[in-house]
Amino acid sequence: MEQILANGLYLGAQYALIALGLTLIFALMNVLNFAHGQMYVLGGFVTYTIYAQLGLPFVVGLAASAITLAVVGALIEKYLFRPVIRRSSREESTMLLAAGIAFFLDAVILLVFGEKQRGVPKIVNGVLNWDFRLIMPYDRILIGALAILSIVAFILFMQYSRTGRAMRALAQDRVAAQLQGVDVDRYSMIGFALGAMLAGLVGGLLVTITGINLGMGGPTSIKAFMMVMIGGAGVISGAIAGGFILGMLESIGLSVLSQYGDITYLAIFASLMIFLAIRPQGLMGKPWG
Amino acid sequence: MNRRSILKTAAVAVSASTFLSVASLGAWANETLKIGFVGVTSGPAAAWGTSNVRSMQTRAAWLNEMGGVKIGDKTYDIDIVTFDDQKDPKRAIAGMEKMAQEGIHYVVGPNVDDGAAAVRPVAEQNGIMYFPYAFPKELYTAPASNAILGMIANYQSGPAIYKYLKENKGVQKVAFVAANESDPLSQRDGGVAAAKALGLDVVSDNVTYQVDTTDFTPVLTPVIQTMPDLLVLSGVAPANAPQLIRSARELGYQGLISTETAQDATVLQEGAGELANGFISVGGASTPEIASDTMKEFVDRYTKMFGEYNDESNTKVYALEYIIETLKADPAAIDNVDEFKKTMDTFSAPNPYMKGDSKLKYVGMTSFGQKRQVFVPMVVNEFKDGKFETLFIAEVD
Repeated sequence: MEQILANGLYLGAQYALIALGLTLIFALMNVLNFAHGQMYVLGGFVTYTIYAQLGLPFVVGLAASAITLAVVGALIEKYLFRPVIRRSSREESTMLLAAGIAFFLDAVILLVFGEKQRGVPKIVNGVLNWDFRLIMPYDRILIGALAILSIVAFILFMQYSRTGRAMRALAQDRVAAQLQGVDVDRYSMIGFALGAMLAGLVGGLLVTITGINLGMGGPTSIKAFMMVMIGGAGVISGAIAGGFILGMLESIGLSVLSQYGDITYLAIFASLMIFLAIRPQGLMGKPWG
Repeated sequence: MNRRSILKTAAVAVSASTFLSVASLGAWANETLKIGFVGVTSGPAAAWGTSNVRSMQTRAAWLNEMGGVKIGDKTYDIDIVTFDDQKDPKRAIAGMEKMAQEGIHYVVGPNVDDGAAAVRPVAEQNGIMYFPYAFPKELYTAPASNAILGMIANYQSGPAIYKYLKENKGVQKVAFVAANESDPLSQRDGGVAAAKALGLDVVSDNVTYQVDTTDFTPVLTPVIQTMPDLLVLSGVAPANAPQLIRSARELGYQGLISTETAQDATVLQEGAGELANGFISVGGASTPEIASDTMKEFVDRYTKMFGEYNDESNTKVYALEYIIETLKADPAAIDNVDEFKKTMDTFSAPNPYMKGDSKLKYVGMTSFGQKRQVFVPMVVNEFKDGKFETLFIAEVD
């Protein structure tokens, strides 16, 4: 049981961090960013290049991933999403744009980084073994702790900083925020950059554990959407809750249901369908949007 | 010289030079032989098809640089026509139809079971021989006759590996883990049957994982608790192998780990480091003990063209070679696959990629009842400190 709980908490922390960026972008701009997974992959490859290829310290790679993705996110918002949102009120326009960006990033990543799985040297060696009841490598413990720390930092930033308050106001009521003097364009760009930065950050963190490859983008986006749907679209606390719930469900399912074959995700998807039929707005979302 | 003479002289000079150009083109330009590729070069399994395509492109460029390939009384430049099926059987069909429209009779791929099965009707109706990297026996047994297995199948390598490990490493208990996809699951089932036939105790064979899994610790925890001597990663993709090995070792597993698929040494080293030492997989003709100078030059050229070599190409290098050498043996097969099929039964040519007197020949009589498999050495490797070392070499008949 200890092992299941530890696995669930570790998975939950990384999932929550992935979902945060996605839900932030949705809350601010009402955009379903299908390219979120590809941004995560790009972040992983940046850390791989800096840390494994160039031999610079891991923290430099992590910072480079966060900065690169923040810049990419800001440029995407300013030059792609902003003009489309201005010219088209149809939601599918931004969805198609996001899907297009996902395919584009996939192609760029294939060209620049290749088709192979990449990995980096372990940042911490050794395994915590508590009498074989709980086995957890130290690097997972460190990455899990860093993920939780990042989530806390993000919450504090959104809660107490001027930028965070402006973005929350924008998420609550775009028109009202604008009337109160919030620069919508500026904070939309900062929000998108922040969301992309979180994707890059988690990509950089997880490359030390899972490695990275071209194909991780799509499945990562799907899982992120599941977490957001569980917690409630556009709600920060919902994304965190969704991440931990999915991580725990996955850990329990893989341990308890393993003798019946690979039915964990079948069970999770079936439960999700029933849950959404009863509560379509998710755990913490509002029924009106 | 008056104006009329100048014009006349110029006209004669232009005509002569044009004639000479056309004549020299006719004398020197090669015809083009198109060879197709239909397989996966994008998404999670991109490494499988990309190593195919790049092997073909490297070899084709090399042959073209040497003046082309002489088949019968004509010399051809090789043109590789590629189609990314995205591991989707519907797209694989579209890819094979594209090959048919382009008049291509020889295609490498697809890379997976369902794609290879899906293209069969298109290939048979349009006179296309294809070289899948997929294991279903019905593709290669009569009445099927257009597919030629491009590698060693798991039901051929698995029993050999288990037997070796049973006799040499004292393996008694085996556990299997596979991705929840058709190829790995069928490879797992074949492996379980082979292990049981050898009298091994299969302690776990029902744990599977989603192909997009990134954290294998929860997946492997129940498997490791069964304390096997050998953990078989059935049909494992190169992207997943390092993570599975790493998770197993971090969970305290100290037994052997093996797979029947080809892997890449760099990927294993980066993803699992020294934890991958002792990992057993099936490779091709590249270990220093058996690689010829031609193989070494192929690796150099591949690396120059694409920046980095992929060890999976040790096996993937063969399909194009077989197509070209068989066409050389029977030039009438260039647009007639029935001729190709006839020639396959007696075909034999020197294997340029292996030291010694190894031959290229078609095999498969034992497994398929007809020669529908390329003969490649079954090199079983052991990973050690960033490189593969040959554990043993076997053959398929």
